[in-house]
Amino acid sequence: MVPCRISNNIRNLRFNQNEMTQQQLADLVGVTRQTIVAIEKGKYSPSLELAFRIARVFRLQVEEVFTYEEVRN
Amino acid sequence: MSYQEKKHTVSLFSAILVFGIYFGIVYSRYEGANLEGAELLRFWGAAMLILIPVTIVARMIIEMIFIIVNKISTKESPPSYTDELDKIIELKALRVNFFVFILGFFLAMGALVLQMTITSMFVILLFSGFVSEAAGILWRLYLYRKGV
Repeated sequence: MVPCRISNNIRNLRFNQNEMTQQQLADLVGVTRQTIVAIEKGKYSPSLELAFRIARVFRLQVEEVFTYEEVRN
Repeated sequence: MSYQEKKHTVSLFSAILVFGIYFGIVYSRYEGANLEGAELLRFWGAAMLILIPVTIVARMIIEMIFIIVNKISTKESPPSYTDELDKIIELKALRVNFFVFILGFFLAMGALVLQMTITSMFVILLFSGFVSEAAGILWRLYLYRKGV
């Protein structure tokens, strides 16, 4: 299996959305702030459902928020 | 440090504290009682059964104290729900917890096979319960810090 990495631009999107805080985004999508922190840092890949909820907050498609990359050595 | 990390650090210390004090009391009673046969089995059986409610109550009290102290010092409320990250970490930690406990259980049975005393078997069993709990908490802390 090829190792993969899911990156995201949530931090930038939050900044462009009137500097939305992590807590505000967490409340909107129904998770804890800790989870948003983990997603932003790339420590956790969210479930498909959560990814859609996050994308919906920013009125974007999922692939505009999350990017799937194959890591090649 | 996030709320969850603080909570699990407190859990680790409370597990060490509660088990340490309880085991100290039980072992000193065992030393003083000089029990044999069925009495010895009854003593260790009671010690294991009492440990469960004592641990639950003591750790609940410590957690409530932590919530109050944390609220006063940081004005941070505990999350009212567990989200998907919490659930994944919980499941992964439970797996470690069970694995370590089963290892301890086999060690305890091995002690019987090797004709060690009944007391050794119960002590190994008690310690495996404690070590598995500590391993589960440490794994939770690791996953919250390093990611899933």
